[in-house]
Amino acid sequence: MQVLPSIFPLLAVLVSLLAAVPIMLCGRQPNLREAWTIFAAICKVLIVVSMLPVVLEGGSYIFTLVEVVPGVPIALKVDAMGMVFALIASVLWLFTSIYSIGYMRALEEHSQTRYFASFAVAIASTIGVAFSANLLTLYLFYEMLSLSTYPLVTHEQTPEARASGRKYLTYILGTSIALVLPAMLITYTLAGTLDFTAGGILAGKASGSTLALLLVLFLFGFAKAGIMPFHGWLPAAMVAPTPVSSFLHGVAVVKAGVFSVLRIIFDIFGSDLLVQADIGWIVTTVASVTLLTASLVALTQDSLKRRLAYSTIGQLSYMVLGAGMISAVGMAGGIMHIAMHAFGKITLFFCAGAIYVASHKKYISQMDGLGRQMPITFFAFLIGSLSIIGLPPLGGFISKWNLVIGAVEGGQLVLLVVLLVSSLLNAAYFLPIVYRAFFAEPLEPAVQGIKEAPVLCLLPICATALCSFLLFFFHDVFLRLAQLAVAP
Amino acid sequence: MKSNLHMYVMAVPLLTAFMVNICGLYNRKVIAPMVLGALGLSSLLAVIVLNRTLTLGSLSYTVGAWTPPGGIELLVDPLSALMLLLISAVAFIATFAALPCVKRDLEDRQHIFFTLYLILIAGLMGLVLTADAFNLYVMLEITSITTYGLIALGRGRAPLSSFNYIIMGSVAASFYLLGVGYLYLLTGTLNMAHIATYLPALQGSAALATALAFILVGLWIKMAFFPLHGWLPRAYSDAPDGAGVLIAPLMTKVTVYLMIRLMFTFQSPEFQLVNMDIHNLIVWVAAIGIICASSLALAQRNLKLMLTYIIIAEVGYMVGGAWLANEQGMIGTILHIVNDALMTLCLFLAAVAIAYRTGSLQFESLKGLYRRMPWTMAAFTIGAFAMIGVPPTAGFFSKWYLLLGGIESGQWIYVIALIFSSLVNAILFFRIIEFAYFQKAEDEPAHPQGLRMEAPMMILVPLLLSATALILIGLGTGPLVENLISLTIPSGFFG
Repeated sequence: MQVLPSIFPLLAVLVSLLAAVPIMLCGRQPNLREAWTIFAAICKVLIVVSMLPVVLEGGSYIFTLVEVVPGVPIALKVDAMGMVFALIASVLWLFTSIYSIGYMRALEEHSQTRYFASFAVAIASTIGVAFSANLLTLYLFYEMLSLSTYPLVTHEQTPEARASGRKYLTYILGTSIALVLPAMLITYTLAGTLDFTAGGILAGKASGSTLALLLVLFLFGFAKAGIMPFHGWLPAAMVAPTPVSSFLHGVAVVKAGVFSVLRIIFDIFGSDLLVQADIGWIVTTVASVTLLTASLVALTQDSLKRRLAYSTIGQLSYMVLGAGMISAVGMAGGIMHIAMHAFGKITLFFCAGAIYVASHKKYISQMDGLGRQMPITFFAFLIGSLSIIGLPPLGGFISKWNLVIGAVEGGQLVLLVVLLVSSLLNAAYFLPIVYRAFFAEPLEPAVQGIKEAPVLCLLPICATALCSFLLFFFHDVFLRLAQLAVAP
Repeated sequence: MKSNLHMYVMAVPLLTAFMVNICGLYNRKVIAPMVLGALGLSSLLAVIVLNRTLTLGSLSYTVGAWTPPGGIELLVDPLSALMLLLISAVAFIATFAALPCVKRDLEDRQHIFFTLYLILIAGLMGLVLTADAFNLYVMLEITSITTYGLIALGRGRAPLSSFNYIIMGSVAASFYLLGVGYLYLLTGTLNMAHIATYLPALQGSAALATALAFILVGLWIKMAFFPLHGWLPRAYSDAPDGAGVLIAPLMTKVTVYLMIRLMFTFQSPEFQLVNMDIHNLIVWVAAIGIICASSLALAQRNLKLMLTYIIIAEVGYMVGGAWLANEQGMIGTILHIVNDALMTLCLFLAAVAIAYRTGSLQFESLKGLYRRMPWTMAAFTIGAFAMIGVPPTAGFFSKWYLLLGGIESGQWIYVIALIFSSLVNAILFFRIIEFAYFQKAEDEPAHPQGLRMEAPMMILVPLLLSATALILIGLGTGPLVENLISLTIPSGFFG
């Protein structure tokens, strides 16, 4: 297996971090400012994709910046699992940037420079999380992501936004300091290292009860994964502008949480150790409870974005659930769901934003008959929902199929039931929206003809919806990466 | 080895102090270049001294060629050289900000202010250098008396706060002096290394235990170790801005150093300073102190007062860390002395910058500051992150070692206290960030360009420098610990 020292992982992180500087300097020339964003986004995709071939062959890239604590440097490593996350994050940042331009300009939002600069720092931190070679580096970028998204959550600067920002930090910063930090230090004391190693570093180093305690601390500590009862920040964060909700709270931030949990399970504990110490049930139980509860709560939400938020909480637990499974197929399914859900959910959020831009409607009960006015948006919404429900021929089917197979293979039939019930619930909270939009009578006299969102909003919607569809057929890359991540 | 270079590090500010007093009386313009020149020279010499101790080991100078134990010895080893550099560098940076503040607040008393200021710095350096227990008392009094004077120069109720400090400071000095007196009676010497040679024979003696207890309590009052902290908040927040930026980062930290110095000198495999129960007791008190001081900080509505309570909590970090009785804890403590000095410097500089422009540090007057003073607030934010302990700022890594030490020795109360205090710091600073970021000041002009009121360069540049240093030192923690801090702990100290 190839391990190549390379500066590319660092470049992938830096390109958007450094782009924040010209973005801030060009505050008075919006077109130039946005050109920097798009330029950085394209560079980032190219850098990440250029590392794909080696990773697909089982190789990895490493870069060590500086050794800060004995045995624990700040270091980056590009491996299969990191690649899955970095690939979707960088590609979707490009789409989101285009969408942001359309959205922010259509609504004539204030402080756009701050918005785009924070966004660039946030995506740099996200890639940093994906490419971290050890837990300390991951923690560093995880915190950076929390702090750089704070100005985005509070963008509106209303009292409501302030309250949400407070809640956001309390949950995310609070859990990472109170739970992850001590867990990380205990791990370091026990194992003497924090490197992500296939098969884990804790095997034979601690008693079963210590392991269980550490697992719980990590599982709840990475509150970005939205595991109940630490999920409250996500619905609150929906106060942010929709591109933020779609990219950060549909993809980057939440998946940074899930990704961290998966790293812990695969590369700190090792999936064998979970079975051996008989603590895998903690993961699956917590995930199952969150998954079902969140889906039920989603049914009751009238605000479209909040419904999507609860849907996200549920879907995140699919990924965690996969990691807790005994079977390798199930684990691969969990990792693939990171990618599949990303494309589906971002489509849905983009649609929610487009609806708001075109009609200023936020609540599902107001959307009766809106599909006639915005057919493209609602068709994309349908595609996104079907993908998340997990129906063929859409990407979501692939990952959910693997999860189901995994549950059967591992003989965990309870999980099978959970998965199936949850899919039904998913259908129950998504399909009525589409149905009402197309078939219900409009509450107020409808605008005649088509009135869609600006084209810069519409294009990314179509692109991500199309991706969701294409991923059904062309999922080999993600499948291969997921398999490599589970069994290198 | 014999050498006298380190003596000059201290002599330069001391001699300049008298020159400033005389020359400044006739021409105020010479004060700034003299003070800055002296401290710059001291910093430079401190770098050379540090470099020499790392290659040659400890260097000794006997004052007036009177040989110890009778004469006074100035001894510098890697730890004291590090402190010497810290003091001179922090003082050098702080002076830039002190100059405009003093010029504004104390127009015609600048020469008096800077005389006291330089003697204080020389006193702090003397504390670090001296190897004589009684000489240490003298230095302690020099720093105290100059500090009383500096604080009393402040406005409002400053003289009262200073008087309060005088009472507590004198009690502390008496405790320390009594302890040294006992030691002298027991051993017949005042040189610390010499005293240490007699200690194993005195193990278990009640008189020795009393002596050590007196000395420790004296030092704890001086460093405002909870619950002996009552004097500090008002004294530090009422001090003139120019004095605050020097006193707040250095005083408590140097006193913590003194405690560590005594531990290093007196404790040996043959002699345990205190038994394990007392170790645990001190760590418990430190943990409770951290929790209480952090909670008290929550109640403050004034930025500077809030910072002073954080200083008290940080003293708890360091005292607790030093008594964890393992290497990680001690490394964390020494690293935290450096980091906390810089964090406090950064935040006090920011406070000074804000006070210079708005005239008040009540939370209400911080509204809209992100738009009015963007650079100051950017540096303040970095300092805040360091206090919270966000990587890669320096504050994270010393906390890392302290927590590691706590976990290793199973002192969970200390671990919990540290995490509690980090969480409280997050609340404290984000409350201010929220104020400064969301709220609009009442008198804010409509046009955004009209409201810029960034601090003068003399304050802003040191502020940005200290904020940058927090990140660079954080990233350089690895080499710093490996090449310097781990060398400062005597070999075999932890068995």
